[in-house]
Amino acid sequence: MYLKTLSLAAAVTLAAIGAAEAREQIRIVGSSTVFPFSTAVAEQFGKSTPFKTPVVESTGSGGGMKLFCAGVGEQHPDVTNSSRRIKKSEFDNCTANGIGITEVQIGFDGIVLGSSKAGADLDLTLEQVFLALAAKVPVEGKLVDNPYKMWSDIDPKLPKKKIEILGPPPTSGTRDAFVEIAMEGGCEALAGAKELGLTKKACHNIREDGAFIEAGENDNLIVQKLESNPAAVGIFGFSFLDQNADKMKGAMINGVPAEFERIADGDYPVSRSLFFYVKQQHVGVIPGIKEFIAEFTSDDAWGEDGYLVDKGLIPLPEEERQATMEAATGLQSLSM
Amino acid sequence: MTELTAIPVLQRKPDLSKAQLRRRYRAEARFRLYGVAAILFAVGILALLLGSIISTGFSAFMQTEIALDVQLDPAIIDPDGARDPAVLAGASYRKIVRTGLAELFPDVSGRKAKRDLNRLISRGADLELRDRVVADPSIIGTTVTIWIKSSADIDSLNKGQIPRDVVEADRRVKDNQIAWFDTLDADDRVRRSFNTTLFTAGDSREPEQAGIWGAAVGSFLTLIVTLALSFPVGVMAAVYLEAFAPKNRWTDLIEVNINNLAAVPSIVFGLLGLAVFLNFFGLPRSAPIVGGTVLALMTLPTIIIAGRAALNAVPPSIREAALAMGASPLQAITHHVLPLAMPGILTGTIIGMARALGETAPLLMIGMVAFIVDIPRTFTDPATVLPVQVFLWADAPERAFVEKTSAAILVLLAFLILMNLAAVILRKKFERRW
Repeated sequence: MYLKTLSLAAAVTLAAIGAAEAREQIRIVGSSTVFPFSTAVAEQFGKSTPFKTPVVESTGSGGGMKLFCAGVGEQHPDVTNSSRRIKKSEFDNCTANGIGITEVQIGFDGIVLGSSKAGADLDLTLEQVFLALAAKVPVEGKLVDNPYKMWSDIDPKLPKKKIEILGPPPTSGTRDAFVEIAMEGGCEALAGAKELGLTKKACHNIREDGAFIEAGENDNLIVQKLESNPAAVGIFGFSFLDQNADKMKGAMINGVPAEFERIADGDYPVSRSLFFYVKQQHVGVIPGIKEFIAEFTSDDAWGEDGYLVDKGLIPLPEEERQATMEAATGLQSLSM
Repeated sequence: MTELTAIPVLQRKPDLSKAQLRRRYRAEARFRLYGVAAILFAVGILALLLGSIISTGFSAFMQTEIALDVQLDPAIIDPDGARDPAVLAGASYRKIVRTGLAELFPDVSGRKAKRDLNRLISRGADLELRDRVVADPSIIGTTVTIWIKSSADIDSLNKGQIPRDVVEADRRVKDNQIAWFDTLDADDRVRRSFNTTLFTAGDSREPEQAGIWGAAVGSFLTLIVTLALSFPVGVMAAVYLEAFAPKNRWTDLIEVNINNLAAVPSIVFGLLGLAVFLNFFGLPRSAPIVGGTVLALMTLPTIIIAGRAALNAVPPSIREAALAMGASPLQAITHHVLPLAMPGILTGTIIGMARALGETAPLLMIGMVAFIVDIPRTFTDPATVLPVQVFLWADAPERAFVEKTSAAILVLLAFLILMNLAAVILRKKFERRW
């Protein structure tokens, strides 16, 4: 009897918690690259409006999309961040689950090849980046395992240093973007690569003979390792270079230095767009979503003097900001 | 009898020569030396770890503050003079703070220079002023001197973490900002005070506004749930298995499985929590109730194993004597065996709790690894825990979070030491030897 009452009480409690009243705060998931910006906006939003501070989870772009597209209802997130555009398959999945999406592009992020200030200056082309990192490279018309041990093996003008590159593991969005932009770009520009079948995905394979070292998702860790090893080069986001400018320097890519202005102008070749996506069905159900979009797209946040720029975001050009802001606050639907 | 002596007996006599004895003593001395070396090695590594954490972390307990004379203009704060708290809270204090700062440097002009100047002080400075005005509206209309937090970069400069001798372009703090800061310093408008924000605030993206209180409360709520679930269940399971269960193949199987469960990687419990509590029961994400339940599953085997060992250590004579005096098996357990085993069970529980306190992996799956500013109040509010806070800060690009990370680790270590100390004291105080 006693046990029965107890288990009944437990069941009732569980049910009551499950059916808790409507969620009061916005829930955001998605990319770890957008996380620093999204959290800064969330905090400002929480402090300057009567709404609760949104909860931001860093799940990676892909993981965020999966959660976001799972359905409509307060147990699903309202916003997802992404360091790449939504894929067609993800969009279809979302639509199938009855979700309408508003896309907001917030700016750019550069991926840099950084090294310690004490190390040699690097001036690389995308082809050289590919040759230094690819698993298989063309040599004299044949596809062979990457034979390059020193930078000077690739081009005598490069420093006589061992190739030693620290980068993120395959689960990271930074890695995805890097192989897609830098590796694929280098591949395409490389003479004679296409004939050997080096196109698209085939260019994505990174060498596994020890010249490339997976250093974990944490960009701070990569920066610390570079500091103690001036010969090594690391792959990480521009904001970490910006924060550590007294210790780190970025390599020039195709003759363009990794600088704020050059990434913003689109000259720097290894840069990507950052987005967030809003679930239209939740607007008006979960309080504050519209106001959150307004805060994110306000000049105080993403403008050239905004606090997001302090955090390392590279803003959109002025006209585009205006257009994006209008489309976003008007909750324009995304179609693909 | 006489034949016996005739049989040649191979007898080993101990070699009591001086040389042999010396060798034995030396072997003994060497063995002890190895032991001491092992301990020194372990202590050395621990000292290195603590040393590096403390040396980077202690500076986070201090925060640079700048004194500003701000004129609390009623026209800006409270235009209709009604002292309505909502109006007071909604006013634009940023402008007041910035005016106060600009008055100290009247010759600063130009948009860029002004922006650089405003970067001396924390972005949250206006909120500090707001809280002060709301708490005491009588200061409106006067000019008050307030100490407000400097920005994290200036704080790092003041602590010597940003070198002044590198090229300006490579420094977070520019030459003009250093000059302004030095002027303020010369005017005695700079001080370093104890960083209470670190212990009272929730998370923030501005290092100088970030605190661990939100994570500490989250940890507390989560551990309450863990304790409330795992302790009664664990003790009941231990008592039944030790005192009542028949010894057969089934109980053997259960025992093997419990031992196995204690060694399962914690992330597996997180996946279970995601599948069962979130997806099936529909409990909210990031909630301490879910986190606590998942950690309770993880702690349960530890408590059962420790509980069984403690119950086993109580001599059977106690139980038999109780039974002989006419006590029922239930009375024998609850009146005699369990109280005697309790110190051991509690020690096991506290150690299990300490492990749960340090856990992050299972919480990743259920959304407790998140940026949460508001301090949780109930078991269903979104919350995070101390080790997760360490993880998040370690990942932040801002340089000032490096020292905050170490400070958070120190706080976490302090909690762990307290819990383990409690376990030791309990054992020393209540344990009985037979």
